[in-house]
Amino acid sequence: MAVAVTDRIEKQILLHASRARVWKALTDAREFGEWFGVRFDGPFVAGAPLRGVVVPTQADAEVAKMQKPYEGKAFDITVDRIEPERLFSFRWHPYAVEPGIDYSKEATTLVVFTLEEQPGGIHLTVSESGFDQIPLDRRAKAFAANEGGWEKQMTLIEKHLAHAA
Amino acid sequence: MRTQRNVGAKADIADSAAVFFALGDRTRLGLVSRLCDAGPTSITRLTEGFDMTRQAITKHLHVMEEAGLVHRRQRGRESLWQIEPKRLADARRHLELISAQWDGALLRLKRFVEG
Repeated sequence: MAVAVTDRIEKQILLHASRARVWKALTDAREFGEWFGVRFDGPFVAGAPLRGVVVPTQADAEVAKMQKPYEGKAFDITVDRIEPERLFSFRWHPYAVEPGIDYSKEATTLVVFTLEEQPGGIHLTVSESGFDQIPLDRRAKAFAANEGGWEKQMTLIEKHLAHAA
Repeated sequence: MRTQRNVGAKADIADSAAVFFALGDRTRLGLVSRLCDAGPTSITRLTEGFDMTRQAITKHLHVMEEAGLVHRRQRGRESLWQIEPKRLADARRHLELISAQWDGALLRLKRFVEG
């Protein structure tokens, strides 16, 4: 059994699309919002904070249903780096959905997307790190509150994978 | 687990916080790692390799014991410490939750750019 890594997550996926297409889906704030489920006030600019609101995604009816209770909730990010067609990163507050809480003073996590050429498409890696700096009670609450959602997500993913196979 | 959560959601939150606290320390993570690899281990053997007194290590073990991450049983004159795998798995699930959310988001992105 490996030791528990609690600070960082990394995910990878092969996208059958051109580099330019993937880059636009990630860094055009409107396109990002469409698949992610958020509407931003303006474009992504390196180093600049940007406000958005949760808008249920257009890409999946079931996920949209899960996002619905959070519709209209503020969704703030600070863009970190934009290295054309190679790397896009931002900081945000994970699990920042509880009403009436000011998250601005809390530590953020860093989300980094990197694109690499691979036969057949683009190998996309996303990492999120810095969880160990998030207040313990926040992590615990998010964990408890989201368990139902988590189970549902897993089922959803299995369904997608079965469909794709 | 679901039922238990509905009955005592508040207790569960306090519970998880204790686990995260127990894991939020380099020495304690090191102890968890060692107990995972070595199985039930005496305090004497656990102290080897740590630049710390036996008392300090024992203190860390007690923090983890309170969070339910480890427990001890008596064997003769010494007690053996061992990991509680289920609690450790629970603690990892919050990252799996975030991880699963990213899986979902990436699949939506995939459909978005490939569609």
